[in-house]
Amino acid sequence: MQPLAELQRGFSKALLDPSRDAPAGVCGPDGAAAGRRFDIYRNNVVVSLGEALAATYPAVQRLLGEAYFRALAAEYVRAHPPESPVLLFYGAAFAGFVDAFPPLAGYPYLADVARIEWAWLQAYHAADADPLAPETVAAVAPEQLAGKRFVPHPAACVLSSVHPALTIFGDNREEAGAAGHGGRIDTGEDTLVTRPRWDVHVRALPPGGAAFLKALLNGACLGDAAAEGDRAAARLVQEFDLVGNIRGMLSAGVFQKIA
Amino acid sequence: MSVPHSIERTVAAEVPARAGAGLKAEHVPDILETRPDIGFFEVHAENYMGAGGPPHRHLAAIRDAYPLSLHGVGLSIGADRPLDADHLARLKALDTRYRPGLFSEHLAWSTHDDIYYNDLLPVPYTEAALARVVRHIDQVQQALGRQMLLENPSTYVAFDASTMSELSFLERVVAQSGCGLLLDVNNVYVSAVNHDTSPEAYLDAFPVEHVGEIHLAGHAPDVDDAGRPLLIDAHDREVSDVVWRLYERALVRTGPVPTLIEWDNDIPAWPVLLVEARKADALLASAFEGPSHAALG
Repeated sequence: MQPLAELQRGFSKALLDPSRDAPAGVCGPDGAAAGRRFDIYRNNVVVSLGEALAATYPAVQRLLGEAYFRALAAEYVRAHPPESPVLLFYGAAFAGFVDAFPPLAGYPYLADVARIEWAWLQAYHAADADPLAPETVAAVAPEQLAGKRFVPHPAACVLSSVHPALTIFGDNREEAGAAGHGGRIDTGEDTLVTRPRWDVHVRALPPGGAAFLKALLNGACLGDAAAEGDRAAARLVQEFDLVGNIRGMLSAGVFQKIA
Repeated sequence: MSVPHSIERTVAAEVPARAGAGLKAEHVPDILETRPDIGFFEVHAENYMGAGGPPHRHLAAIRDAYPLSLHGVGLSIGADRPLDADHLARLKALDTRYRPGLFSEHLAWSTHDDIYYNDLLPVPYTEAALARVVRHIDQVQQALGRQMLLENPSTYVAFDASTMSELSFLERVVAQSGCGLLLDVNNVYVSAVNHDTSPEAYLDAFPVEHVGEIHLAGHAPDVDDAGRPLLIDAHDREVSDVVWRLYERALVRTGPVPTLIEWDNDIPAWPVLLVEARKADALLASAFEGPSHAALG
């Protein structure tokens, strides 16, 4: 008699490999062949995981069309099957997979759109926390502000793209509140994703804003982060607006408290 | 806005012997606005394993108004590998936070070599599988500090290796682990058609004294290699007439039990699902008119 482990090994190997026959020891009624019957399991696995990916990456699906997306998802499922039964977080490697998928080389912005969708999902499920209140910051003595560090809100994420990924994301998602600069196709966009309360916010960052927030999220003090923002804006031959960026980070809920 | 990890619930945890519905995120606003008179809601535990956000906020609001049943789909009780301790801890956290009246899982496996296949894969009915399943149920019941219900599967294939019937397997699991059973009447019908056996005979022999809940759902017709009918447990439509009749037959033996309508794919508008629940409530009520009717509430 086939041991349980061996039986499940054969069964599971055949699930993700359509070139294999139905596993030995599996049958229909009266010992009939199980080909189509086994294919139901194969189909369930690939289709249901493809649906999980489609739920996480609706903009990428809309950009590629459903048929192409499902075929791509099937490739991804075979290359990166889930390692956890919590499918809410299945698809972490999808952006990288898209980036490295040769047939999509002509659409270099797709992976960055996928990265924004992944950040959106992380923000949606992140731990709840009250965002830092503007009054708390206003109460700090001005000469001490430059030395302050901030505790990131669990939902906050900053993404930079050399493509207008946020504009493309916003044009292909149903949720409100996602808008890029709607600018030229050859310009990059920096994106901030937050969830101060229940709705996920996705917004474009001004020049130097990404460098400023990334520095703060990594634990830099406000003065050092502002210098990062200055340098990044200068590279774009732009001004870094410190007051505007602080106001923006407070209204978006990037931080939960002063460290 | 932080949510306490365990909330004193004003609505009793106990799931009544009435119809309930599988909770879908898209129905939550409708339900919270209209507060339908329904016995309970059931959720897939894995959909609430994020840290926070709208899913937990919505489930907390539902739980404040209705009894809840927690249904796991990813524990892989029938796998020849140890249970995932992290997953068990996540289930424990949900059980503590939401105090569901029922907890159930499947007689199936879904994980092998650290890959999660997201399907309820069939278990051969052997002594080795029985020992595994009993050990895993023991572990779950110890961890959660409660009895669990084990659901009979819908299957598309059988195993040459099986040495006993599904019913014998379930009876022995119950006897050795002390778990209860979740009788999925649609699964009974789907498996009976797929294996060319009698669903009536299965129901008439089912160990009904251990049934703590019934599931009803829709299935999709297909055919196998030989052109024989093959039913897919699709949960994508109304409960079929034949399954309603089998449900009535089962109720005669089980007595009144909480009955869930599952509809997980091609999800309809909330009122359509509510109509299905009303049908189950009507059958529950007409099956138990007289002294036991009052117990239906």
